[in-house]
Amino acid sequence: MSLPSAGTSAVTLRDLERKFGEFVAVNRISLEVRQGEIFGFLGPNGAGKSTTIRMLCGLLEPTGGQGTVAGLDIRTQREEIKRHIGYMSQKFSLYDDLTVEENIDFFSGIYSVPRARKEARKAWVLDMANLQDHRRTRTGLLPAGWKQRLSLGCALLHEPRMLFLDEPTSGVDPLTRRAFWDLIYRMASEGVTVFVTTHYMEEAEYCDRLALIYRGELVALGTPAEMKDSLMADQVLCVTTDRSHEALGVAAAVAGVRDAALFGRDIHLMTGDAEALAPRLRRTLEEAGFQVGTVARITPSLEDVFVSLIEARDRAEGAQKEFKV
Amino acid sequence: MLERLVRMLVKEFIQVLRNPRMRAVLFVMPVAQVIIIGYAVSTDVRHVPMAVYDLDRTPASRDLISWFEGSGCFDVVRRIASEAEIREVLDTGEAKAVLRLNRGFAETLAGAGSARAQFLLDGSDSNTASVALSYAANLSADFNRSILAQRFSRTAGVRLEAEPVGLVSRAWFNANLDSRHYFVPGVLAMLVAVITVILSSMSIVREREIGTMEQIMVTPIGRLEFILGKTIPFAVIGFVDVALIALITVFWFRVPMLGFPPILFLGTALYLLSTLGVGLFISTVSATQQQAMMTAFFFMLPAFMLSGFVYPIANMPLVVQALTYLNPLRYYLVIIRGVFLKGLGLQVLWPQMLALTLLGSAMLLLAAGRFRKTMS
Repeated sequence: MSLPSAGTSAVTLRDLERKFGEFVAVNRISLEVRQGEIFGFLGPNGAGKSTTIRMLCGLLEPTGGQGTVAGLDIRTQREEIKRHIGYMSQKFSLYDDLTVEENIDFFSGIYSVPRARKEARKAWVLDMANLQDHRRTRTGLLPAGWKQRLSLGCALLHEPRMLFLDEPTSGVDPLTRRAFWDLIYRMASEGVTVFVTTHYMEEAEYCDRLALIYRGELVALGTPAEMKDSLMADQVLCVTTDRSHEALGVAAAVAGVRDAALFGRDIHLMTGDAEALAPRLRRTLEEAGFQVGTVARITPSLEDVFVSLIEARDRAEGAQKEFKV
Repeated sequence: MLERLVRMLVKEFIQVLRNPRMRAVLFVMPVAQVIIIGYAVSTDVRHVPMAVYDLDRTPASRDLISWFEGSGCFDVVRRIASEAEIREVLDTGEAKAVLRLNRGFAETLAGAGSARAQFLLDGSDSNTASVALSYAANLSADFNRSILAQRFSRTAGVRLEAEPVGLVSRAWFNANLDSRHYFVPGVLAMLVAVITVILSSMSIVREREIGTMEQIMVTPIGRLEFILGKTIPFAVIGFVDVALIALITVFWFRVPMLGFPPILFLGTALYLLSTLGVGLFISTVSATQQQAMMTAFFFMLPAFMLSGFVYPIANMPLVVQALTYLNPLRYYLVIIRGVFLKGLGLQVLWPQMLALTLLGSAMLLLAAGRFRKTMS
């Protein structure tokens, strides 16, 4: 079996698999990441995100399947791959007891940044991370968000064309997270391919394309818009009433409603056919004595999409298990 | 290649030396310890506290007692008046020995018979007891000789001729059998082992624990560069400590340095190969720093016990003796004592040097082989 030409793809995976003993952490994942895109790798904790990213970076050997990163084989050219990628793990992993500048110098040396470029790259990192005034500060004393920026800078010292970020914003506040994403956009606009794992839904919206991974399997793949439009089996109906809390029970009992939940003062209803349900629902609620405002179909959020995809997968597996028994 | 190694070294040195507590541990503690241990570790037995139970109370009995006292080996701490007190002074440890002279001691001595003096010892500290016993035996022999001499000169008017065999002993390399000369260089080997094994056993596992290891592993750094970067700084620190402790040994404790100091440093270099190899090996197999610390401890305890530092290897069972050939400390002790006390050179010490080279390279290769740039 030959791999697809890697010229236009930053990453190609075919049936990538990693087992730890009996446990299958990554189950035959196939996907492609295009040059220059921001590719989001989503999934709940323990879904296999970090395991996958570690295989791509040459930290873990796959137990099955094939893959290339920057045109290099992830099984046989691991050390070569390391020269061409930047990696930032979910755990802060610079040296706390070194100063900002010492950390930069260390990684600059380890990545063999050419002597002539060293000063320029250091200045670039200090500028990008906004740490010019803190170059002699012990890294351990910096606030979390600043450390993240410095980590990113150190991962980019050797100007890699490919950047892997493993939950880069876990544990930082929303403002810092937003600022961090501005940096990611900047990298992408300069032509760097970004592969980022996350479990924050609002971060998923920032990506060009997404892969949803659940229990080691690839569940969905596409742009955020595609996912919202086509991958959601259910449609979402938003209802406003005067007494939403009491109306919820009545609405949930209407035929054709699969699930009902309160969203602030609104009720969100999952249904197979929103067009047909809307008039029936309004009638039922009004007959029960509620004042009904608007009843409208809305675009689901990514969170709605993922929850419904994962629940569908769980239902399918549950059914399979029952069938087996 | 060279640049990456240099960067590794700079980083390691900054990390080790920036922390003031670490600096104290590495350079002040060994010095303080060698001084304290140098005074404390001594098997010389002097001034053994002794109680006297003199039932005779004659000039002759008092003569023998003052003979013991005058030797400097025994101090009379108490004069006992009853049988029960013997038990009491030995139980409480007030005295380590009791000299008992029965009624009639002087009478027997003056007559033809052999007068009996009882010498009771606290044997719970067997080392002190056996040394005290040999002192007591020597003292009583001397005492006998002086009495015989008196008798001869009194009765026959002639001087006592020389004994049939007179043993004239002299200890080479340590004329006064000063145990400090023997122990202080050994303390050097011990302290350097503690520092280098513990430092290196923490080194890799520490990076794994704080998460920096993962970052290092995605860089193009080579395994050899990384391992060397983790070894060389601790070797340098080990050398500085050896130099410091050797200076104290020679200039403070006045232990003679008869050999050529560079031989000592060559031996040290080879010894450090082993200790760092063991440390790095522990670091590659441990999951946490705590685990590494415990493992290092369990390596060092038998290493000290079975090195010949305290207990002579020749007295050990053969199986254990065979084990000591794998102990780097064993060879290093021979080198240290050889250089300090005997002034030996390579023509005598080369087997030890060779053994250390083999052991050290094997340990380092094993550690380097265990180290992978991937996670399991």
